Formats: sequence, structure tokens, C-alpha cells
Amino acid sequence: MQLIPCPWCGPREEAEFHYGGQAHVAYPEDPGALTDQEWARFVFFRDNPCGPFAERWSHSAGCRRWFNAVRDTRTYELLSVYRVGEPRPDASERDEVVS
Amino acid sequence: MTADTSVRTSPLAAWTDRLAALAPALDVAERPFLTQLTVRARDAVAVARMGEALGVAFPADPCTSTRGGGPFGDVEVLWMGPDEFLVVAGPDRRALVEDALRAAVRPARGAVVDTSAQRTTLALSGPHARDVLAHGCAIDLHPSAAPTGTCVQTLLARAGVVLRVDDAECDAFTLLVRSSFAEYLAAWLCDASVEYRAALS
Amino acid sequence: MSAAFRLPTGGHVDRGTELRFTFNGRSMTGYRGDTLASALLANGEHRIGTSVKFGRPRGIVAAGSEDPTSLVQIEQPFPEPMLTATTVELYDGLVAHGLPGRGRLADEPDPARYDAKHAHCDVLVVGTGPAGLMAALTAARGGARVVVVDEQSRAGGALLGTREYLDERPWTEWVDDTVAELRGTPGVLLLERTTAFGVYQDGFVLALQRRTDHLGFDAPAHAARQRVWRIRAAQTVLATGAHERPVVFADNDRPGIMLAGSARTYLHRYGVLPGTRAVVFATDDSAYAAALDLANAGMEVAAVVDARPTAPRLLRARCCAHGIDVRAGHVVTGTEGGDRVSAVHVAPAAGSDGSADAIGTAGAADTIDCDTLLVGGGWNPVVHLFSQAGGTLRYDSRLGAHVPGQAPATVRVAGSATGAHDLSACLRQGWEAGCEAALATGSRPDEVALPASEPRAGEQPGLVLWRVPGEAPRDAPDTRFVDLQRDATVSDVLRATGAGLSSLEHVKRYTTIGTAHDQGKTSGTITAGIVAEALGVELSDQRPTTFRPPYTPVPFAALAGRDRGELHDPARVTAVHAWHVARGALFEDVGQWKRPWYFPLPGEDMDTAVLRECRAAREGVALMDGSTLGKIDVQGRDAGRFLDMLYTNKMSGLRVGRIRYGLMCGVDGMVIDDGTVIRLAEDRFLVTTTTGNAAMVLDWMEEWLQTEWPHLDVYAASVTEHWATFPLVGPRSRDVLAALAPGLDVGNDAFEFMAWRDTVLDVGPGVTARVCRISFSGELAYEINVTAWHGPAVWEALMAAGEAYGITPYGTETMHVLRAEKGYPIIGQETDATVTPQDLGMAWAVSKKKADFLGKRSFDRAENNRPDRKQLVGLLPLDRDVRLPEGAQVVDTDDLPEPPVRMLGHVTSSYRSAALDRTFALAVVRSGRERVGEILHVPVGDGLVPVTVTESVLYDKEGARRDG
Repeated sequence: MQLIPCPWCGPREEAEFHYGGQAHVAYPEDPGALTDQEWARFVFFRDNPCGPFAERWSHSAGCRRWFNAVRDTRTYELLSVYRVGEPRPDASERDEVVS
Repeated sequence: MTADTSVRTSPLAAWTDRLAALAPALDVAERPFLTQLTVRARDAVAVARMGEALGVAFPADPCTSTRGGGPFGDVEVLWMGPDEFLVVAGPDRRALVEDALRAAVRPARGAVVDTSAQRTTLALSGPHARDVLAHGCAIDLHPSAAPTGTCVQTLLARAGVVLRVDDAECDAFTLLVRSSFAEYLAAWLCDASVEYRAALS
Repeated sequence: MSAAFRLPTGGHVDRGTELRFTFNGRSMTGYRGDTLASALLANGEHRIGTSVKFGRPRGIVAAGSEDPTSLVQIEQPFPEPMLTATTVELYDGLVAHGLPGRGRLADEPDPARYDAKHAHCDVLVVGTGPAGLMAALTAARGGARVVVVDEQSRAGGALLGTREYLDERPWTEWVDDTVAELRGTPGVLLLERTTAFGVYQDGFVLALQRRTDHLGFDAPAHAARQRVWRIRAAQTVLATGAHERPVVFADNDRPGIMLAGSARTYLHRYGVLPGTRAVVFATDDSAYAAALDLANAGMEVAAVVDARPTAPRLLRARCCAHGIDVRAGHVVTGTEGGDRVSAVHVAPAAGSDGSADAIGTAGAADTIDCDTLLVGGGWNPVVHLFSQAGGTLRYDSRLGAHVPGQAPATVRVAGSATGAHDLSACLRQGWEAGCEAALATGSRPDEVALPASEPRAGEQPGLVLWRVPGEAPRDAPDTRFVDLQRDATVSDVLRATGAGLSSLEHVKRYTTIGTAHDQGKTSGTITAGIVAEALGVELSDQRPTTFRPPYTPVPFAALAGRDRGELHDPARVTAVHAWHVARGALFEDVGQWKRPWYFPLPGEDMDTAVLRECRAAREGVALMDGSTLGKIDVQGRDAGRFLDMLYTNKMSGLRVGRIRYGLMCGVDGMVIDDGTVIRLAEDRFLVTTTTGNAAMVLDWMEEWLQTEWPHLDVYAASVTEHWATFPLVGPRSRDVLAALAPGLDVGNDAFEFMAWRDTVLDVGPGVTARVCRISFSGELAYEINVTAWHGPAVWEALMAAGEAYGITPYGTETMHVLRAEKGYPIIGQETDATVTPQDLGMAWAVSKKKADFLGKRSFDRAENNRPDRKQLVGLLPLDRDVRLPEGAQVVDTDDLPEPPVRMLGHVTSSYRSAALDRTFALAVVRSGRERVGEILHVPVGDGLVPVTVTESVLYDKEGARRDG
């Protein structure tokens, strides 16, 4: 049972969390102005990197706050967590996406 | 003030005897009909104002709670999130406390919602209270890790709970559980106590 | 009568407690403290059973959980298969028999209790051998919170197989003192009979504690028999010891052939001799200790056969003093015997430079009679948990074993698990690991004196020998067993490499070596060695197979723990649940909720009950418990704006006091939920969700509020369980409500459809209700909301007030029929995440005016505008009595061709209707609305049921019944 460090509550068991997919995918300013293709890209397409990945998590069984986390998809290691509205921490050398 | 008990039923009314039978291994009893208000506010001044109105400062740190007395009697304030608190007062104080909170939060943004019947409350203590909780709760409740006042939202067995440490040295806890899960949790507590009851009998 | 092979004194068994047991039909006795294996050996029983593939007799190879052969089935006190005799503690009345590789599960429920418990610590120590105890003692004295686990019933680890002295006292005194100190130290939890079987992320370790297994029939029923400890450790010290490695030779599987160190354990721990006359096959000095200890104990030791070119001088001399023939430069090439080894063949080893490659056999074999052959092929550090924790392994060619390499930051290894053999080195490593672990958690370990131990007479390095060279017999099956449990031989390994397999993982799967209960604890390294030899590669270049949890078998019952029966999954109940139970309701599971399904009267079947309930709702008055509906309070200045984005229709324009039905879509335009929205105040709404989606919708709201629109002044709070909700349905519902709410003007004009009112109920002091005039049946209906505390009293008051009108409680089935007759979809039944509001025929609920809302942009996608999308329609079977199965496919042919058949859609709901006096169904069908009036077919069983496509609204199309 992995621990996920909630930015508010501290480390808790992963069973308390819900996964929310890729972080920093903003809802388009004016969906009506997008082509079908652009809209489909927003709705259906997400990155799937081998390596660090910025994701959204919700501490659903705890404080119910959404937050962002950079997780290495190879090791499950959470490299950093940060609150909504905070910028993604600077990419370190381990933060390079392996292609 | 309790004139309407004949028409009020708490979620664990039918479990009173079964829970009482867990003593002395586990002293557990429902504290029914407490006033509970969910408060949302992130403005520090408004939060301070609400604390003044109730006579108890709102908890500043995540996963903590405060307790105090004021115009509405004993009041506990539980941290539920960075802009969310649960105010718990004695039975039948809902209208006054709600009005006071609503007045205090304005003009800042915020919300006050009566959630009194949303959860019921269990007081838990006794020589094996911490043992029993350890059967279903992944949080470290050792006094060094969870001092008095600690208040976490977590899972106990398969139910979401709010768990407050009332007295770390005496192993006294409060559990708040969604009303629909209350019977499950009561059944779970009875089951988890089986071994400790036998050891003491 | 004492067992024949039990020494008169010695061992850590309680000779005052004699235990009777039966094995393979023979009644025997042993002592408290025995394992089944030691008790069998004490009685001269070596043959346990036969092997899985070849039916060869098999015995006991080891003294612990690494044993590959001693599989037994327990029959009494409760049937349990696939245990090893070496790990079953003896108890009175035990009945067991040997197993040929497969056991039998009990055909009755296991009455024992199993549970789980969490533990947290600064330092977890696995193992209570000398290294583990030193680590635990050091950390505990430093004030750290310590958990110590050990697989055995008694602390001591490898010392149990020795007569070592510590601080010039027998080791037991030091160990017992240390255990007593640990037990007396607050913050230390010492768990014996507890196997750490898995190491996971973030210091999470699972351990299985066998708490009452050893009590047999006397195990108290209330006590959990086995417990899974869920340990969260900041630092972990692995002092897991080492397993002795066998050497492979022909007929190496006969009962009576054991590991040398294990024989010492049987001698010193249990006071048991493994036989009368032994031969010891040594590749290192440690096997000599077995020869000397057994000889000292009175057993005849015929010879030590040492594969090394020269024997260690001092040990040879001590053997000679006992009359033991030491044959250096010799190997065991085979054995004789039936149910027990009776002789060994010994031949000179060819080559003499001490390297494994050079060892062969030369010269004629000599035969030595014996009933015991002890084999010492070196030691494998137990690195399973270390590897699971993420530690890297390194091949040590000197030891012929993988040893811990790079350790994760929070994990330390100490003792023979590192490859150390010297007792003083193990103690020192334990102390160091304990110090470092305690320091890392902020504790300050004091100086702990290392107990003095005798230096080991390690005169000569061991020889790494996987197998005695030689060819397999041409005309007979190979009997050089690598994995005794899987009956896999050297030939099997060579067949795998010959087939081109070079990865050990592939060889494992090809040969099944290492896949039995023991997971290859004694065979894994040997297999790797033979593969490396066959391929001509260095073993250090071979990656060992992955060490996966569990380290030892864990019963499913223990993993399930208390999560069974009523505790398996919470049953969520409403405030009125007890009434429903008392009334004889049958329940339907909706998510975790228990909802009344229908309320049969005595003698009624489901159809009859549901028809009766439906009639009451359409003709009189009926009452339902709808408390499970999700309810969310939405407050704030921007609440209307927010709901406008979430719902497809416009909510900000709703007047205070009014209610609107709303649909919610994902950004892909597919319906995710529906419900009503009540405007309580300018800045406050109450929204309802479907029962199953309450948590999802609240999460959905929070997701948008927290991540996309934090600037909005809106707060959402669940009040699902704060309110009890009772739909009161039917033409007489107004009368019932009027009787209970004398202050409420229930007239159709004063209290119009889609309005709500707060009112006092004549139920008791302080009982107020929020009454919503909404209908999910098409009938005049009111939804009465009171706090859950008042739920039972108000429900009973409604039933009493309605008695004169024949008020009828109804369940979810009737609700489904009533709404289906009206064509109202149920989200999750008619929809499946591929259905748009337009598909449901609910374009009327989609705003054309709002600039944006979630899902709007997707409605313009070409895919969502195809004319052949599946649309919600009604289906009327031509035969009014045929009820279609839900999920059945819809086709447009009356004669099914060979597959594939084009499917037009499927039946989503299907019922018998009292109001229509016939069966009917809802379905999603391609271009369904264009097909109204067509005859389509539904395959049911071997036949096709013809159905007429209709509009989805089948009852009261004009909506005349809404106002009563």
C-alpha cells in the first residue's frame, strides 16, 4: 500500500485517493471557437509518458482536496506534490521524460 | 429542549445495548442528536470572527481540532479541509449557532450548512480503544504521532470516518460516521472487540 | 513410550507435555515444542508421501519453511491442505497425512477467525536470530518504536541448531534475557510465529502471525487464529538468515536425505536423531559440524564425503577422534533404497583444483550403507524480502549465492542474510544496523555491548558445487532432482536450455522449477548454476528470477480477515430500514445501499406484489423510501452560474420556491446523471442525484470548483443522509399530505407542480418538512423531506394518515415500472456513457441559449449527429404476456442468419404493467425514433420475439394525471 503525500493531510494510504488523470489540461476558454479536431484533442487525448508525469489526485476519503503530483510512471514514485494553482516544480534531472 | 425525543430516532438507537456490552474492553456510546454544521470559509478574518462568535478559535492546522465553551455551550471545531470546518455543538442548538456563524462569515465568501443528521457520533475509550481502531484504521494513533486534538478524515475498515483524538494519553476518541454507514461501523466495532472482551472476562 | 529417535535429554521441547497425533494412519507421540516433522523423525518416520509426477517416496529435507518435500494434509481438527510438516507445530489430537503435491480443501466453512491489524514503528526487525536481536535491542534501547517479527515459535534463529555460547553462557540465556528486555520495553512489539511475507512501497510490510494454530483443538474460538499485520516501518532491518543449499546427484530425493544444518536443528532444537547411521556429503566446513554433533549425540557417522580436494585439517582430526572416515576429494554419485535411503555411492572427484568446473568423477564407486545422508552444499542468504524492497542483488562466486547489493535508503540487512557466517560478525552487523536505523528515525541508540562468542574454526573455503557431474541414464528416467516438489530434474533444465531458453524466468516457466509451495528456496540458485554451466556463461551475468510476495504461502482466509459476511461490504441503510425489514421487504442492492425492492404480502410472488404496488400508486396512494437519493447543498453568490455550467439546461433562471429537472453531461456530451434542482434562495440550491452517483456528482462539482473555477463563490456539501426523503404518490396523495400538514395549502394553484414548500408536520413538536411537488411516475405526487432523525416517526405518521386511502409502501421495482411507463430513463440503466440527451429524446432539457455548459461543444460533433445513433424507444411485444429479458439484443430480421448478425440495439428495461395490462420494454435502437411503428425482433432463447417500436412514453401521454 503506497503512501501518497496529501499537501494538506500528509502521507496517507493510496486507498484514500482518487486518480484524476493528467494535470494542467485547462478547460478551453471558448469551446465554441474550437474546431472538432481541437475539441476532440481536449476531450479524448492525454499524454502517456514513460517517466515523470504531472497528474491530478483527489484526497477523496480525507480532506477532499484536489492536488497535483509528479509521478514516475515507471516506479510509481511520487517525485513531488503541489496544490492547485501552484506551478509545477522545476524539472530536475530525473524529471526527463524517457521516450 | 428535548421535548421531541419521542419523534426523533438516532441512527444507532437500536445498538445502545450492544455497544454498552463492549465495556470494559471498549467504552463506546453514541452521542445522538448533536448539532453539526459544515462551514466553508477561507477568509482569515471571517474565520476568526466565527471563532469569536462561538468562543473557540477555529483550528489553524490541518488534521487538528479545537474545543471550547461560549454562548452556545461546549463547541468543537474540526478541521475538514483548508477552507472547511465541522462545528459540533450540543443537541438542539442548530438554529442559534447557524445564525451566529452565518452572521460572522459575512461579508466574506463562505457557506454554512446544517449537516446535523448527516453523521452520527460515537465516543470511544477504554483500555483497548486504540487496539480496536488499529484493526481497521491505517493511521498511526500512538500519542507521539496523534496527540490530543488530532482530527483526521480517513477510512475505518470500509467506512469513511472523521476520527478525533479526545485524549491521547487516556485513549479517548470520537468517531463521526455517515448515518447510513453507522450500523455497519457499529457491527464492525462489536466484531473487532470480540477478542478483547474475552480477554477481560 | 518415548519415541525411538528422541534423545533422553536436550532440545527445546517440553518433555512434560506429551502430545498424541496420527500421521498416515499411525498413532504416535511427540512433545509440546515439536513440529510435525520433528515428531515424525523422533518416531523414525521419514517417508511423508509420494512425489507429484513420478510417485517416488519423499521425506523431510529441511527443518523450516524452505522444505521442498514434506507436504501434508491436516484432517483434524479442521481440514487444511498443502502445509509443510516442518512448519506445523505439533498439538494433541493432530491427524494428518502426506500429500502427493495436491491437497483437498474443506467442504465446510472454516469456523476459525482471521483478522488484520495495523502497526507502526520506527524500526521493523525481521528475524530474531543473533543479528535481529542485536538490531532490535540496540534500536529499542535508543528509544525507537520497534516491531520485531520472527517466523519461529522461539527466538534464536540459526542458534537453535547449535550449542553456541554467548558471553560464556549457553546462547539460550542471552537470547532469553534479550527477549525479556524487549518484551518489557514500552514501544516494542515482539511477535513470534510471525512471517514477514511481503515488502511493499513506503516501508509497508505484511506479516502473517499464526496465533492459535499450535493450540489445535484447544484454540479459543474468539481469538483470531491468524492475523495479517500491516506494518508501516520508517526503517527496516532484515535479519532473515540463510538457507542451506543441497547438491544434486542421482537419486538425491530419497527419504533420509536431508540438509546437514537441518539435521543439527533436529538434534539441538528437538533432541531428535535423524537415523542410526549417517553419511555426510560436505562442500564446506559447516557440514562437519553436523557430523561431529551427531556423533557426539551417539549416532554412528560412517563417513564425511568432502568434495574439496583436501579436508580441513582440524575438523578432519576431530572426525578421526570419533572414528568418522573423512574422504576428501570424493563426491556422492548416487543412492540406494526404497522408502528410505539404505546406501550411498561414493566416488573420487576428478580434478583437484577446487573449481566446480573441474569436478568430475573418476574411478569406481564405493558403496557405504547408511539410513541417513546429510548434504551441505553451502548457504544462500535469504534475500527475498530485500529484493522485494527494491534492493539489488549481487552474485558472490565465493559463496555461490546472491547476496544483497545496493539497499534502498530505509532498508538494512544484517547477519547471515548478508552472506556472513561468523557469529561475531552477525552480532556486530545487527548492532550496526540497529544503530543506523534508530539514528535515521531520530532515536539515539546507547552503546550496547556485543556478547562474546567463540571464533568459528573456518579453516577452508567452501566449494561451489551445483551438481555431481555425470550423464543421465539412457534407459531410465533422470533421477537427479533439482526441484523435488515439481519432480524437475537436471535433464529438464538442460532440455530448456537446449530449446534455446537462456533467461532464468523462461527456464522457470518451462520447467516449473520454483513454482511450488516453497517457491524454489532450495532449488532456485542451483537451477541458475546449472543453466549458467550449460550456456557457458557467468552466473553473475544471469539475472535471478524475481522474488515475489508472499515469501511463504498465506491462506486466503487470512487475507480476507474480517472482510466477510456482513462486514465484507458496508450495507448502507436509511433511517427507516428497520420498518422495511419488519414489513417483510425484499431488498435490492443499489451501490452499497439496501433499498426495499418490493413489499410482498403473505403468499405473493414478486410479479403480484409489484402489480399491486403499481395499482396503488396509480389509483390510490403509495409511499416510498427515497432517502438514498443523493442530495447536495450548493451555496454562494455564483451558485446559479455554476449550475448553469454543470447542467444542460438553465438553472440560474429558476425562481426561489421552484424546482427544475436537470441533466448533467460529461465534456464528451454523454449523460452522467440527472436529478432535480431546488432553488432555496438567491444564493442557495439543493440538487438531487441518482442514488448510485451521489459521491461521483459531489466529486465532479469539487473537481470543477477546485481546479477550473476557483474564482467562483460556490460551496457544495453533501446532505444525503441529513434528509429522509419519501415520495408520496397517487391521486390520493394530496389528501394524505393535507391530513399531516394542516398548515399547508395543498391546492393545485397554491402548491403547483415543480414547486416546494416548507411546512410543519402534525407529527410532533419541531417536526418540519420540505415538501417538493415533483413526480417520477406521472401521478400527482409529493416528495416529503424531513431530517433523518424524524424519518421513522414521519414515515409511520404518513402510513397512519394514509390508512384510510389504502396507502401502500412500494419499492424500487414499482418505481421502475411507473417511471418506465412514462418513458423516464434511469441514468445507468437506459444510459451507459454513450448516450446523449438527444438520444434519450430529451433535447428539451438542453439549453439553446447558454453560451456554454459541460458537454455543449460535443453535441456538435459529427458522431453525435449521426442519424443512426441509438435512440430511446418503447418496445411492445406482440404477445402481451411475453416479458423481454433486459439486455436482450434487437434485430430487424425475422429469421436469424448465421453470425454475424447486425444488432440494432438492446433492451434496457422490461416490465409487466398494471396500467397497460401488458408487458412492455424500453430499448435503445439505431434510428429508433424513425422506426416507431415498425416490427423488430428480439432473440430470446432459440426464438425471436416480434415487437412493435413505439415512442418511449406509453402511459398518460397528455400528462393529465400530474395534478391529481
